[in-house]
Amino acid sequence: MGTHSHTHNFNEQFEFSGKAKTWSLIAIAIGVLAIVYGFFLDPHVEHRAERTFSNLLLMGYYFTCVCAAGAFFLALQFVAQAGWSAGLLRVPQAFARVLPIASVVLIIIIAAGLLSHNLYHHWTLEGIAEEGHPNYDHLIAGKAGYLNIPFFLARQVIFLGIYSIFAIALARFSYNEDLEGGLNSYNKSFKYSAIFLVIFGFTTPIWSFDTIMSLEAHWFSTMFGWYNFAAMWVSGLCAITLTIILLKKSGYLTWVNENHLHDLGKFIFAFSIFWTYVWFAQFLLIWYANIPEETVYFYKRWEPSYKPWFWINIAINFLAPVLILMTRDAKRKTAVLTFVCIMLLCGHWLDYYMMIMPGTMEENHTFGITEVGIALGFAGLFSFLMLTQLAKKPLVARNHPFLEESLHHHI
Amino acid sequence: MSNTKYILGHFTDPDDLMHGIDKLQENNIKIYDVYTPMPIHGIEDKLGLKRSRLPIAAFCFGLTGTFTAFSMIYYMLVYDWPMNIGGKPAFAMPDFVPVCFELTILFASYGMMFTFFFANHFFPGRAPRVMDLRATNDRFVIAIDAQTNPYPDKINDLLNSAGAVEILHNERKYVSYE
Repeated sequence: MGTHSHTHNFNEQFEFSGKAKTWSLIAIAIGVLAIVYGFFLDPHVEHRAERTFSNLLLMGYYFTCVCAAGAFFLALQFVAQAGWSAGLLRVPQAFARVLPIASVVLIIIIAAGLLSHNLYHHWTLEGIAEEGHPNYDHLIAGKAGYLNIPFFLARQVIFLGIYSIFAIALARFSYNEDLEGGLNSYNKSFKYSAIFLVIFGFTTPIWSFDTIMSLEAHWFSTMFGWYNFAAMWVSGLCAITLTIILLKKSGYLTWVNENHLHDLGKFIFAFSIFWTYVWFAQFLLIWYANIPEETVYFYKRWEPSYKPWFWINIAINFLAPVLILMTRDAKRKTAVLTFVCIMLLCGHWLDYYMMIMPGTMEENHTFGITEVGIALGFAGLFSFLMLTQLAKKPLVARNHPFLEESLHHHI
Repeated sequence: MSNTKYILGHFTDPDDLMHGIDKLQENNIKIYDVYTPMPIHGIEDKLGLKRSRLPIAAFCFGLTGTFTAFSMIYYMLVYDWPMNIGGKPAFAMPDFVPVCFELTILFASYGMMFTFFFANHFFPGRAPRVMDLRATNDRFVIAIDAQTNPYPDKINDLLNSAGAVEILHNERKYVSYE
């Protein structure tokens, strides 16, 4: 396997213990307490369930998106036959391994929210598609062939199921490669990745239409899918980069250096711009055409209680990363990258907040214990599950055909 | 002192070239420049080259483009001849964004191109500055300033031992001017 002139220990395995484990468990406990608080103790009695469900949906969706972005990252590297990333693939693989669990969590949240009428009640009211019924809604009735509960839940299960199968398959090929060597696993990964990317590319927009856009079922935007995809990809990249930086700080991944971080930084920089591009493409057309059925979306987000967040969203997710990560040195400095990753992870939480809350809580939205607690809980859940998966296998795919290229990556 | 201005060591293999650079640097012989038909990884660090300042130029040109676009649209649509388009205010910021964006790119790309041409003396009708034409084809060339490095025989030996296939002692800097 190439030259052995390096001093890295490729049998190294991550040990999940100590502070990382304690803190992720504490975060999970905080999350559970926040859910209990949200359902039973929140002083705004009439909004308790809806507020908690909105937050659960937000974080469940965020959690699933980050894991799906790990699978997407893997597939992208295989299809592009990328060499630079070969040494760090175990991190997105750990993300991908968590995807099935994340999917189950999200589907439970969606199903519970939908059946208890706390989420998606804009199109799930009884008799909403029956002419003559007091709840009849002409627009929803027109969409009922697509937007009905069985088909909606079936789509969630099918999409997330397919993503999970591919995510697990890609991780498994890589583990087989560790044992067997040769090109067999790589070639299989390439084939599966190509198929996965096609499926993923066509279905993620539909998945986000379902999960998020249908909260405001009257409104529709074809850009919404790509807008969500961009948010998913940026936040996934930030999570991957942050994980790598923290692992390096703990003394792992000695073969990943500032050149790899530079490439990840470029990815974050570029896709933050892409996120803005898609966000603005959606906004500009709606603003310019000024059709009431479309502007209602931004009208709600332009209300006084949302307006500051509307602007902060753009400042955090566009201006800040573009200005901070513009120079080469910034992308190569761990401290700067760490700051940007954490900022963008918070920024995309806000982005999802701005997508979900005006549709569910409308003018009653708040920010408090429920929001922070549930966000922390899911962050803890993600770290716990992801690090558990990461600890199961060596930290490098040592028989990856491009590993040598990754070790010598230099830009 | 001879009339030799530059000593050029020709190599056919990039690894030999890198080896030659090492040998010369070990002997404290200053390398003027290296010409290769293709990019070689890590050669900038080895030669201690400073990073190009082209990105800084690009940023400035880009910013110029943004402000040009903004002031142009502002003058036309807000100051000089405000029009009612779809009931929008004359100063309709979102409309400005695509144009500002496009002009940023236009200025940055053309600015970078012209800066590059300027820095490398590319002008219409001007012979390009090339120290060895084969460096654009199949040879990897190390150029050494013979005026500041006084031992030509030692340089010859070093280049030969590193695997140079041909060593030229040129009396003029740019052969392409002939």
